[in-house]
Amino acid sequence: MNLVDTAPRTATSPTAALPVATASGIEAWHVESPVVPLIALAFTFEGGAAQDPEGKAGVAQMLARLLDEGAGELSSDAFQERLAARAIEMSFHAGPDSIGGSLKMLVKHADEAIDLLALALAKPRFDADAIERVRAQTIAGLRYQQNDPGVMASRRFFKEAFAGHPYGRPSSGTVESVSAITRDDLVAMHRALIGRGGIKVAAVGAIDGARLADALDRAFGRLDLAAPLKAVPQTAIQDLGRRIVVDIDVPQSVLRFGMGGVPWRDPDFIPAYVLNHVLGGGSFTSRLFQEVREKRGLAYSVGTSLVSHRACSMTWGYTATKNERVGEALTVIAEEIGRLISEGPSDEELQKAKDYLTGSYALGFDTSTKIAHQLVQIAFEGLGMDYIARRNNLVANVTQADIRRAAARTFADGKMLVVAAGRPTDF
Amino acid sequence: MHLFRKDTPALRPPRAWSNAGRAEAAPFGRSEAGGPEVSAFTLDNGLDVVVVPDHRAPVVTHMIWYRNGSADDPLGQSGIAHFLEHLMFKGTEKHPIGAFSKAVSGLGGQENAFTSYDYTAYFQRVARDHLETMMEFEADRMTGLVLEDSVVAPERDVVLEERRMRVETDPSAQLSEAMAASLFVHHPYGIPIIGWMHEIEGLNREHALDYYKRFYTPENAILVVAGDVTPDVVRRLADGTYGRVTPQGTRPTRLRAREPEPKALRRLAVEDPKVEQPTLQRLYLAPSCITARDGDCHALELLAEVLGGGSTSYLYRKLVMEQGIAVNAGAWYMGSAIDDTRFSVYAIPAEGVSLESLEEAVDRTLRRVPAEALDAEATERAKTRLVAETVYSSDSQSSLARIYGSALAIGETIEEVRRWPADIEGVTRDRLAAAAERYLTPARSVTGYLTKARDAA
Repeated sequence: MNLVDTAPRTATSPTAALPVATASGIEAWHVESPVVPLIALAFTFEGGAAQDPEGKAGVAQMLARLLDEGAGELSSDAFQERLAARAIEMSFHAGPDSIGGSLKMLVKHADEAIDLLALALAKPRFDADAIERVRAQTIAGLRYQQNDPGVMASRRFFKEAFAGHPYGRPSSGTVESVSAITRDDLVAMHRALIGRGGIKVAAVGAIDGARLADALDRAFGRLDLAAPLKAVPQTAIQDLGRRIVVDIDVPQSVLRFGMGGVPWRDPDFIPAYVLNHVLGGGSFTSRLFQEVREKRGLAYSVGTSLVSHRACSMTWGYTATKNERVGEALTVIAEEIGRLISEGPSDEELQKAKDYLTGSYALGFDTSTKIAHQLVQIAFEGLGMDYIARRNNLVANVTQADIRRAAARTFADGKMLVVAAGRPTDF
Repeated sequence: MHLFRKDTPALRPPRAWSNAGRAEAAPFGRSEAGGPEVSAFTLDNGLDVVVVPDHRAPVVTHMIWYRNGSADDPLGQSGIAHFLEHLMFKGTEKHPIGAFSKAVSGLGGQENAFTSYDYTAYFQRVARDHLETMMEFEADRMTGLVLEDSVVAPERDVVLEERRMRVETDPSAQLSEAMAASLFVHHPYGIPIIGWMHEIEGLNREHALDYYKRFYTPENAILVVAGDVTPDVVRRLADGTYGRVTPQGTRPTRLRAREPEPKALRRLAVEDPKVEQPTLQRLYLAPSCITARDGDCHALELLAEVLGGGSTSYLYRKLVMEQGIAVNAGAWYMGSAIDDTRFSVYAIPAEGVSLESLEEAVDRTLRRVPAEALDAEATERAKTRLVAETVYSSDSQSSLARIYGSALAIGETIEEVRRWPADIEGVTRDRLAAAAERYLTPARSVTGYLTKARDAA
């Protein structure tokens, strides 16, 4: 007896996503899944924190936090009560290039949830008390993290890597910039970002296509076309080869390091992704995990990932080690990158990375929310609806020549920008 | 989880410690009644098995839970449960170091492990066709672990770095540790899961192996498989793998001290130059879902949601919205525990508000809870949210696996998990008021201040 087909089939497959086009012209991806009586909706609007005005870092994020703080006729507490009374989970967040949102609801409360979402998007009130409350919360959050070594290292890293560019400013702003944000800034940002034009939507759950189309029209169809966005110039990581210390009196230094990258839409992205998996990707087998953690006990967490924004891409890595061993950790990391530049991964390593990445892809689609978010991400990147079906072949076909090309574009000569927050003794 | 509002600092319940910084957060919700048809059975060697069907995708979550956690660490060896969890990845006679992880990743699987106060668990998520392979490896390391000093020493350094990362560089984590140590005057829940720094430094191979031999046995373990499988298949595969592990005859006993009835209000502070945003934390000693089988745990669960579950909660309404004295306020209850546990209330002061005056406002607000906070509408809202969370967690097979695994590991039954939403629905206003009056009292409490240290003279 084998395991196949011993269970009833009630599959929810992201490759079964179907396009839904609504009367008002909203396009969405839809996976119908009747098993669990919920619906997960994910969406993004083009334009995020990179649109923040000069000196006002944090506007897009504050906008995201204010959308559910009162809308239409509903004050903030009335709005929150309507959500809570039906256990509707609505959230928004701002990234560098987008404002994203998600809505999770029981099927029986779908109408109420969609009505509230429509209100939040189209008619946020921006009441003075809500603005001040969210401002105070944001500032408290910034202060709470102000001397956290991980946050300090990341902020300084981006500040140096993208100096003079919007990506160099923190999405959450600073105490000073958040204090300077006015209601007019929020209204202008709302007009610029929350519009029908650049929206991507995906829905997964117990709802059929016709009902979904109707719901999407109600949620998004009445939005205006957004005001034009500011152009965000293409940029790349600066100051490769530089090492910076952010001084803070803690026994362990947090390290952030970065190099070049490849954007997701680029044909070399998949080879770069496979290469990144070999170096520092998310499993216990990566080179950095083995060399930094397993063999030497230098750190609890170590890894690298590819960052792909609209206007830049990079490879970025993280670890944390006691102050006395920072130099050793960096040497090990640099050596592994150097070996990948000069020798590449072995054929076996490459094959194992591909096996992992193809085999594990389905694991990222095991909840309705995860499927919806992945679909929206793929739509936002413009990769095409067939991407999920194509993706494993792209990975499987990566050759050593592809890897060499990706290494040249990402690691180049191996120089990194490194920031250490702590009191490293041999840095 | 929607316990915490946006990114405002919130003081969270302690989480299980995982082998790598990539584990999903353990859920605190439960499964819905009438949810998936969960089956359970026991192998001949005493291993309990739970099967949670989820046929939406051809994948499975395979978890093995051991009924021992940090609260079972021998005296003077705090952190050994967690350290052993790390060392369980160091190989067996049959599968040398790294072989298991390589097999998992070569099959496109993901793996991790975590340690909590009352249990330790290991899991893999793989395509369903690889379930048997996972069972073979996991059954093998139930008794086959081989440890050399050469791998123990660097792994101890890893754990020390983990502690530095999470605690030694973070004053709020230091406050949480100090408060737990004060709340539990006698019980090991007062000792951090990861262990105290100086005791981790002294942990060695013998400590780990002694602990391993005592607790890693089939009759002390629970196998949970969630995903695209049937109970018959799981039983057959488990019999052929785990079923071959020799039992020890009896389940190892857990020696747990019971907390004395608390008499003293306790206060403490962490003052650190790194603190820019003061916070106020309060812990109350409260019964758990095991020590309060009479239903008080459901009342406490609901009380935490009414008082502190998000922006419609009583504390948030009073302290943040109405009085503007706090920027955030909330509450949580860690009901899933074998012994008496924590109920927490926290608040973040608005600018210019001292922790002393915030504490007074919190206490004033809490005193009014029985009279003011428990109206039908607020209680209904809280019930709706808690019950909906169980539906939401049934969207995730790994959440379901964790819910059933953690419940069984502390001695709850599957029936109790399934009944949980109905039990929450059944909590009356009188029970809520009684729970607040009985447990949220000064003598049961520890109050903690996190403040900025004044400049050294």
